[in-house]
Formats: sequence, structure tokens, C-alpha cells
Amino acid sequence: MREGAAQLYHMTVRDLRSTLRQPTYVVAALVQPMLWLLLFGQLFTPLMETTPGTAATGSYTVFLTPGVVALTAVFASGWSGVVLVTEMEQGLLNRFLVTPVRRWALIAGRLAQQAIVVLAQAVFVLLIGVSCGARFHGGILILLAFLAAMTLCTIAFASLSNALGLITRSHQTVVAIAQFMVLPLAFLSEIFVPREEMPAWMSAVATVNPVNWLVEIGRQSISEDVEWDDVLGRGCGLLAIALASFWLSTLALRVYQRQV
Amino acid sequence: MTTESLAIEVEDVTKTYSNGVRAVEGVSFTVRSGTVFGLLGPNGAGKSTIIKILTTLTRPGSGTVRVAGVDVVKEPVLARRVIGCVAQQGGGDPSATSRESLTLQGRLYGLGGRRLRTQVDLLLERFGLGECADRPIRTFSGGMRRRLDVALGLVHEPHVLFLDEPTTGLDPETRTELWAEIFGMAAVGITVVLSTHYLEEVEELADTLAILDRGRIVAMGTPSQLKSEAGGDALRVELVEPPGESKVRKALACVEGVGDIMVAGCGLSARVQRGAVSAPYLVAALESAGVHVVSLTLSAPTIGDVYRQHAGRTLRSVQEAPSR
Repeated sequence: MREGAAQLYHMTVRDLRSTLRQPTYVVAALVQPMLWLLLFGQLFTPLMETTPGTAATGSYTVFLTPGVVALTAVFASGWSGVVLVTEMEQGLLNRFLVTPVRRWALIAGRLAQQAIVVLAQAVFVLLIGVSCGARFHGGILILLAFLAAMTLCTIAFASLSNALGLITRSHQTVVAIAQFMVLPLAFLSEIFVPREEMPAWMSAVATVNPVNWLVEIGRQSISEDVEWDDVLGRGCGLLAIALASFWLSTLALRVYQRQV
Repeated sequence: MTTESLAIEVEDVTKTYSNGVRAVEGVSFTVRSGTVFGLLGPNGAGKSTIIKILTTLTRPGSGTVRVAGVDVVKEPVLARRVIGCVAQQGGGDPSATSRESLTLQGRLYGLGGRRLRTQVDLLLERFGLGECADRPIRTFSGGMRRRLDVALGLVHEPHVLFLDEPTTGLDPETRTELWAEIFGMAAVGITVVLSTHYLEEVEELADTLAILDRGRIVAMGTPSQLKSEAGGDALRVELVEPPGESKVRKALACVEGVGDIMVAGCGLSARVQRGAVSAPYLVAALESAGVHVVSLTLSAPTIGDVYRQHAGRTLRSVQEAPSR
């Protein structure tokens, strides 16, 4: 276990280093959520400002801030498998597979890197939100709980994306499925619109949409009183999904090895 | 031969991929410690699959495989500690430097601290990468990458090193350097398994070699054993004047081990067992029959001859190595 933890650390450092060496990627990863927040904020403000759900938060941009954090997490992690497919093609994955590195550490290192990238993006978005007038009345604890939930959500989606990459070995497939999944999951949640404004069927779907669980936890951070029971319930749901997805991705690695 | 001196024991290994391709069928061989074992065969003969099975990347469908005494199917984690592998694809991380790659590789084997730093420095030096140790690998030439690949396989000082087509696509100079390295490894007791489709390469390097065709071993032995089994040396005799063919045949009938006699114009060709021993008798027999000899050349059979004989298909898919 201790050896596995050390391997996980070294793999995470490697993945992060290779991320940081792509300055274009780093800039895009920070600018993109900022643009979302500012553009969507401006675009929908005239429509949404007066609805009770958003009015309570002060402004639509403030309302949108936790939503954009969630959107960024799901978007970034959905693409995670693309990097793995590239490394497969470079022979890098096989090079690691013939070393004694623990199989779980190999995948977990990639997930940890993705989680750290998303955390950096989230902090950046939250800061921009603050500069646009967002105040996190719920306190530091709920904010930390939100970031923890976001990490679980990232682990879940990045695991699935990596599993998909391991099984299909195709950039195109990973990208196509990520794109196919991410937007519907975002629109079937309260990222853009408060629950009361959604059509009834959409609201029903949102109840079982894990992305929405994350958004709900995030919204608590800007409201005055936090309902911790809800936070805990949603958080446990995300934990369960993250663990199940991670387990699936280790299975996918076994499927990959059968076909090497 | 005791079990301890065997670095690799492969017994009746079969591998069928799920798409129905039978990549390896009933392959068995052993490799003594500290020797170089060559796997020769055209593309698709099963060389890479055998190496993937031996390095725990994939499991055999049936059969047993022991590397350095460890059963790779039952104890893959243990096996990974004693093997090094240089894959055909390489596996350098383009955004990392060679020092970072070597250090990470060492850490995955549980090395660290000063010992690892020294080991990395030594390898960088040995493979001529010292000056570009801190440059990203993406800026490397093909030869530099390959040298790094081999260094990566040696960080943890493996008992057995697998090299899957290590010199494919390399310039002759780098190829020769790599050959020297491989000799050096065997000299310090590392067992080397080398797959290649270059005939010259196995002839030069391998103590023992197996010729593979369509997933089966069709011939195995030392290069000289295989060549001597190939039906003797090729003999060419130039004669003063065109002889009568029957006269030649009659004269040579009393010389032992001569076959495949062909006469064309002033030329006579044949296959001779132990050519150097038979040649004087052969010339004497021709002269005494009144067939006068101008010159005689003998050439030993090449691995190419052996390959053609055993694999039963042309060498078009097995390329001759470019001359150095």
C-alpha cells in the first residue's frame, strides 16, 4: 500500500508536469470557464434576473458561478481519456505496464492530475465570481464541501472517460461521447436555470442527474443557510458514483491488457 | 544444465487473440543466463506477442512461462522486478526530459535517493545522453530516443532484458553502437532476448536463435549449428573448358557429401558438406578425370539460406540489414 501511494505520487507529478509544459493548454483551461461565466452571465441576465430563484442570489452572474464550476469540472474530466489514448499510441502506457507500478496507481495518478487541474480552474472561477459580486454566505465549510464534491464528480467522469479510452483506443470516440454526454447533462441540471423554472420532466430528470447534485451543493455555498442533510446526501451519492467509476476504469485496464 | 542457469523457460505457449488470430502456437524454448537469444521472423510471425507474454503485458492462452525462475502468469508483479523491456514502440514521454524519465522509471521500481541519482547519471553518460539530459525528449533524434529507451530498460538492473526490434529504422552507425551495448550486457551476465527481422543482426549477436514463422518455431539452435544443418557449403568451380556433364558427375560420385551438382558452361556448382575438408579431394577427382580446374570458391551458408529452407517462403518480407 505504501509503495502504491509513492507510485501514485510519482505518476501524479509526471502527469501534472506534462500538463504544465503545455502553456496553451493552461491558458485555455483558465480562460474558457472565465468566458463561460462572463458570456452566459451577460446573455441570460435580462431573461433571468427577475426570476425568484436567481433574484435571491443578487445577480444572475452570481447565481451562475457555482454552475460554471460544475460545468468546468464535467467538461474537463470528460476529455481526460484523450490524453490516455495518446500515451497508448506513444507506447508510454505499455512502458509503465511492464514496470511493477500498481495498476490502480497508474489510473489514480491520472485522476489526481485531473482533479488538481479542475481545482485550479474552480478557484479561478470562484475568484472571478467574487469580483462580479458573488459572496459565499454559507461559509468556508460549505465551500470546501463543494470543492470536495467537485473532486468526486471529476473522478467519476475522468474514470469513465479513461475507461472509454482504454476500451475503444480511439480519440474520436472519446471526444464524441464526451461531447454527446456533457451538454445534455449540463442542461438537465440547475447550472443555468433555477429548479422552479425548469419544465416538470426536466426537473424530475435533474433529481437523478449527478451533475445536478454537484450544482445543488454549490448553490448552498451562496445561500444564507446551508442544509447540511441535503449536502451530505448528494455528497454520498457522488462518492458512490466516483468509486464505481474508478472500479470500472481498473476493469477497463484489464480489458486493454487482454488485447495488447 | 541446472534450472538455475536458465533465465527463461517457455513451454508449449499458445496465444489466440479474441479476433481469432492465432499469434503463437505451441512455442517452447529455453535461454541460458547471460546469453543473447534471437527471435527471427518476418512481420506477423509472433515475435512481439512472445515478448509481450514474457514481459507480462499479455497472458498466454495456455502453456507455462518462467523468467529468472518466476512464473510470469502466476506472479506477474514479481516477474516485473527482474525484467527490463525495450518495446518496439519505444515509450519515451515527449514532454519529459531523459533525466526525468529515467528517474521516474527508477522510482516505479522502488529506487530512490542518491543511489538512483548516481544510476541515472551513469546511464545518461553511458548512452551518450549526458549533454541533453535536461532537454525534452520531443527534440531528440530517432537514435537518441532509442538509446534512451534502452537506458530506461536498464535503470533497475534487470536479470533479463527484452529488446523488441531495437534497431528498426536506425542508421547504421547507431545500430553498430547498440550492438556493442548488447554484447556488453551479455558480458556482465544480463540475459538478452532480441527480436528482429534483420538476418545480419541475429548472426552477429545471438548465441542461440529461433526462427519463427506464423506463430511457430521452425528452427532453433546456435547460428553455426543452423548453418551446418543447412546442407553444407555452396561450392563454385570454374573450369578451363565446358566439360561433359556425365563425366563430372561420375568423377564427383566418389567424393563424399557432394550434392546438387549443376553444370553450366565452364561453371560447376554444388553443395558440399564440410567444404574445406572435401575441396582437395574434389579437385583431385576432377583433375584425374581430365576436367581441369581454374578456380574454386566455397561459401558458408547464411542465416538467410537457413531461413529460406525452414520458413519456406521468400525473404522478401525478411529484410537484409543495410550494410554498415
